[in-house]
Amino acid sequence: MTTDSKRRLFLKGSLITGLLTLAASLGLLAPIRALAAWPATAFDAKKVDTALNTLFGNSNLIDRSADITLTAPDLAENGAVVPVTVQSTLEGIESITLLVDKNPNALVARFNLAKNAQPYIKTNIKMAETSNLIAVLKAGDRLYSTSIKVKVTLNGCGN
Amino acid sequence: MASQIKIRATLENGVTTVKTLMIHPMETGLFKDKKTGDPIPAHFIKEVKCEHNGKVVVDAEYGIAISKNPYMAFNFNGGAHGDTIKISWVDNRGAGDSAETTIT
Repeated sequence: MTTDSKRRLFLKGSLITGLLTLAASLGLLAPIRALAAWPATAFDAKKVDTALNTLFGNSNLIDRSADITLTAPDLAENGAVVPVTVQSTLEGIESITLLVDKNPNALVARFNLAKNAQPYIKTNIKMAETSNLIAVLKAGDRLYSTSIKVKVTLNGCGN
Repeated sequence: MASQIKIRATLENGVTTVKTLMIHPMETGLFKDKKTGDPIPAHFIKEVKCEHNGKVVVDAEYGIAISKNPYMAFNFNGGAHGDTIKISWVDNRGAGDSAETTIT
């Protein structure tokens, strides 16, 4: 191949790359079922406070242990599957967020609730080691919370 | 591929309870293959949408710390026998699955 045709090819290549970048930046290559704004930064956070600040813009938890029932085994034999139930009598709850303070990433999940949904969620989570499990219930700009300690004998890290 | 989501929706005293089980490996990306030592890439569900007659009731955002084959239960006010409950998820690779059932 002559130098000139190589140059042509290179130019063509860079043109295509440029167009693709443009298309991507315009959102033309977005997946058909576009994800809602999944909070990547919050899920990357190592600490509970950082995750909460990223998700809600504040991390001032109001302790409402009396009104929130957080159920998980005191002693989880298998950290890979820890059954968790959150239930509350509080009104106007918009979301339920679960966090584990000693997991590699503190944030486990957030469940956004419609108005007709009751403040109740049951799920299975992974816990790396014995740690506090925290439930945060958002109502307006308030964050109600409760936490319990769960002992883990076999961790969720496959060994 | 047939859907691998199981859903059960029951109505009792004006409250619909939905239980669902999704088949997914939920790999964290933090482990290595024990034999080869190669890292196992993250593969997990990011979003689960639960709809009642087309209206979202619960929209869940998952991280890597939801257990393999995620189980989720929730309940909501209203709903009638025969109403449609739809569960759909999308994972970090852009794959997804959805299933529907009716309230019994």
